[in-house]
Amino acid sequence: MVDPLISGLITKCIMMTIKMKKGSPHVDKIFKYVAIGAATYVLAIIALIVFNLGTGSAQVWQQEGISFLTGSDWNSVEGRESYGAAPYIMGTLVNAGIAMAIAIPLSFGIAMFLSELSPRLLRTPLAMVIELLAAVPSVVYGLWGLLVFRSYIKDWIEAPLHNVFGDNSIIFAGTPFGLDILTASIVLAIMIIPTIASISKEIMMAVPNSQREAAYMLGATKWEAFRLAVLPYSKSGLIGACILGLGRAVGETMAVTMLIGNATGAAAFPSSLFQPGQTLASIVANEFAEASQGGLHLAALVGIGLILFMMAFAINVVAHLLVAKVVKSHEGAVLA
Amino acid sequence: MITPEQRAEFRTYFRYNVGRRLLLDKIVKGTVFLCVVVAIVPLIAILVDVFTNGSAALSWDFLTKIPGAVGSDDPGGIGPAIQGTIVLIGLSSLIGVPVGVMGGIFLSEYGNNRYGRTVRFFNDVLAEFPTIVIGVFTFVLVVLTIGNFSVWAGSFALSIVMLPIVMRTTEESLKLVPVTYREAGYALGIRRYRVVFTIVLNSAKSGLVTGILLSVARIAGETAPLVFTILGSSQFINGLDGPIDALPLRIWRLSSLPYDSAVTQGWGAAFVLIILVLSINIGVRYLFLQKKEKTFLKFKRLGAIS
Repeated sequence: MVDPLISGLITKCIMMTIKMKKGSPHVDKIFKYVAIGAATYVLAIIALIVFNLGTGSAQVWQQEGISFLTGSDWNSVEGRESYGAAPYIMGTLVNAGIAMAIAIPLSFGIAMFLSELSPRLLRTPLAMVIELLAAVPSVVYGLWGLLVFRSYIKDWIEAPLHNVFGDNSIIFAGTPFGLDILTASIVLAIMIIPTIASISKEIMMAVPNSQREAAYMLGATKWEAFRLAVLPYSKSGLIGACILGLGRAVGETMAVTMLIGNATGAAAFPSSLFQPGQTLASIVANEFAEASQGGLHLAALVGIGLILFMMAFAINVVAHLLVAKVVKSHEGAVLA
Repeated sequence: MITPEQRAEFRTYFRYNVGRRLLLDKIVKGTVFLCVVVAIVPLIAILVDVFTNGSAALSWDFLTKIPGAVGSDDPGGIGPAIQGTIVLIGLSSLIGVPVGVMGGIFLSEYGNNRYGRTVRFFNDVLAEFPTIVIGVFTFVLVVLTIGNFSVWAGSFALSIVMLPIVMRTTEESLKLVPVTYREAGYALGIRRYRVVFTIVLNSAKSGLVTGILLSVARIAGETAPLVFTILGSSQFINGLDGPIDALPLRIWRLSSLPYDSAVTQGWGAAFVLIILVLSINIGVRYLFLQKKEKTFLKFKRLGAIS
């Protein structure tokens, strides 16, 4: 009964392979569908991420409801379990905000130097160094921050500021220890500078030279040419570059985890620059090993992953829409 | 009629105006230069610190031995971490490269429609995702389902990180192949898949390899997805469904130990990792990109080289 069926199938398969070798039109179709399948894989992965993070954290949403977003309790002791992510959401925003405030002016400075002012000899090596630095893994930045940068910032920046302003000022309160929001933000800024700078440089270089020449012809200085011709032309691209940097800053895990000091619960609300803090990414990385499988603690950490996903997704969608607009209209210019 | 007095007035005004503008220009130039110096110093310092501290830790034993017991006199080495990183790169390429290349073929050959644009957009978004989210996702999907940390889970997570990079760089390099090459193939009556495999992929070879190598450099340094998937171990690999060690993970673990020997080892491991990542990046530039300025620019804009 079964045998003829199987042998029939095998014959059919062999026939199909022979046909394929001759080059039947099916092969092209199969090829196309495989390609479509590979592309669909990406969409499937994103859908699976949403679905899995949702189901993995369902428990904590049921238990805490909206207070998971607004609450600040963080207690993983059995029987008194209570989870609120508000301090970490705030911590992520503050940390990324300070990092962006430091990184954006410096990156634009570098980009402007590379695209407008730099002598030819200096341009290529400098651009290359900056691009290579973007490739340095985040854990190496973290290690450097922990072992080298921390003591510098403690002795040279935090201690003097603390001595001058003392505990009375809000943002400089607390004993300088080196493992705090300030250190984490500065190292984070160092990490995202190469990203923002190299994208901004590309965007500024994409401005056609005729624009600059028109400004020079009117007697503009370098700065005026930059302000009048280059900036307006590349504005939305530069904003997109910044938002891409913000996306990286929000999702950055290892370096921040190693440097931010890892406070939990209400104490993690960012109040002073010299206080230990916590971000969404760092609390997941830190507490993950302690969470038991199937417990509420784990569900809470997965829930935090979901919040982080939502933030990063929104940021990246906006950034790509902005960059895509520029790239579309300047396509020729970038490649010419 | 302009009187000499008026002329003198104009002249002073002109001098004032030009002087002011030139001064502002100088100030801006100085500030910009200062920005470059301020930003470059810590960046260079990182490289210098890693190279000086790390090269001191290097020895044959350090590269091949297993780590010693925590706090003991014999610090051991990072052999399992190096092995783990290589295994992870190999396995994740096994998933990431074929799917990425096929996806790239779809985007470049069949992707000039609504679906193609959607995939391209989400692919770009996925490329910039926080990798920790991918780690948590893999943990929920693979580790919780199977029940233990495994090499497979780590490779799956890393393949998601590398997939979008491979896909976009493949697409961009295929698009640079002139359409006349394809038409020549069609004119000979060659089927479309043969044209893509033998003609288009062949002409775009160097771009393809560049994209794959860059994605390998990227995943070699990823830590966050590994924390949730391979757990870390101090032994050499023991089957693909068990835990394993990796260089970035080892650096992270070492950094939290309060011993001097751990610090030295941390620098050493960071040195090995940085050499691996930077040599791929620099090598790729010199081998493939020098004559292909166009591909280079496009890749850079995509953030693959960043």
